[in-house]
Amino acid sequence: MTSETDKSATYTEPGVAGLVSDWAADRQTFDMPWGKIMMWIFLLSDTFIFSVFLTSYMNVRISATDPWPNASEVFALQMFGEYVPLLLIAIMTFILITSSGTMAMAVNYAYRGDIKKTVWLIFATALFGASFVGMQAFEWSKLIEEGVRPWGNPWGASQFGSAFFMITGFHGLHVTGGVIYLLWTARRVNSGYYEGKDLAIVEIAGLYWHFVDLVWVFIFAFFYLW
Amino acid sequence: MSETASQQHPIGLYLKIWLLLFVFSAFSYAVDYYQVQGALRWTLILIFMFLKAGLIISIFMHVQWERLSLKYVLFLPLTAIAVLIILMAIEGDYTYLTRLLFFDR
Repeated sequence: MTSETDKSATYTEPGVAGLVSDWAADRQTFDMPWGKIMMWIFLLSDTFIFSVFLTSYMNVRISATDPWPNASEVFALQMFGEYVPLLLIAIMTFILITSSGTMAMAVNYAYRGDIKKTVWLIFATALFGASFVGMQAFEWSKLIEEGVRPWGNPWGASQFGSAFFMITGFHGLHVTGGVIYLLWTARRVNSGYYEGKDLAIVEIAGLYWHFVDLVWVFIFAFFYLW
Repeated sequence: MSETASQQHPIGLYLKIWLLLFVFSAFSYAVDYYQVQGALRWTLILIFMFLKAGLIISIFMHVQWERLSLKYVLFLPLTAIAVLIILMAIEGDYTYLTRLLFFDR
């Protein structure tokens, strides 16, 4: 990596000309640490997984002849004797957005070299993520108690249950994995392992976490609101 | 270091985006709370969804400041998903009509 300074000078050309020279010149195509481009490729593949889930959900919902259960009523919570639609889902959405905000700030402080703030912000992000998973567990047990199964439910099209458990379950697994990943990252950063080194590892963990939030944006819109 | 790694943004930027994401989420929740129905509901849901996704991708994930070579790697493959969605929507309609014709309801 002795040519670091020469290399950076070659990644300055903007636009399509830059794209061509990135691919054509005798140098590494992507101007970033290998871990970051690998994370991007992984997230692209994950995008395809969730897209296929949501597309198959669209397909079974279009082709179902029984009425599709009204998510607004299914996910309503009783508060002070009144049914508030989608209350828990809204809280979960705000929590995940908040965790994305703390993660973005953690990445920022990592590049400023402020280890202490970085570790605490990653830790806060993981805590928000864990509470999200907890609420999802509550939501699942509530629905299972009401009789939702992958093969049927009391309100209508039987495909509702399988789509719900598959999509939110896979997303919940991603959040759970993300919490573990974040705690591991926080521990490593805190241990001084990266002292004097590039803290790109925080940005890479951040990309994963923002992606989990991004997927929820689509699930929230298509599964809960549609 | 490279341009992307050394770039610095004020914390205020992230707080502003955070606030915007909150507002858009509240709006899309309001669509359900006030039971807006029909084409208006779907349009509003999609608008707020794409606004939120755009903010997360471009600002939080820093794609806005990445080079074109990465943007193409991320966004060109998504055309395959668009094709899949169109095909499966057609297929779903076909299955629905076939079921109406042949299922005894």
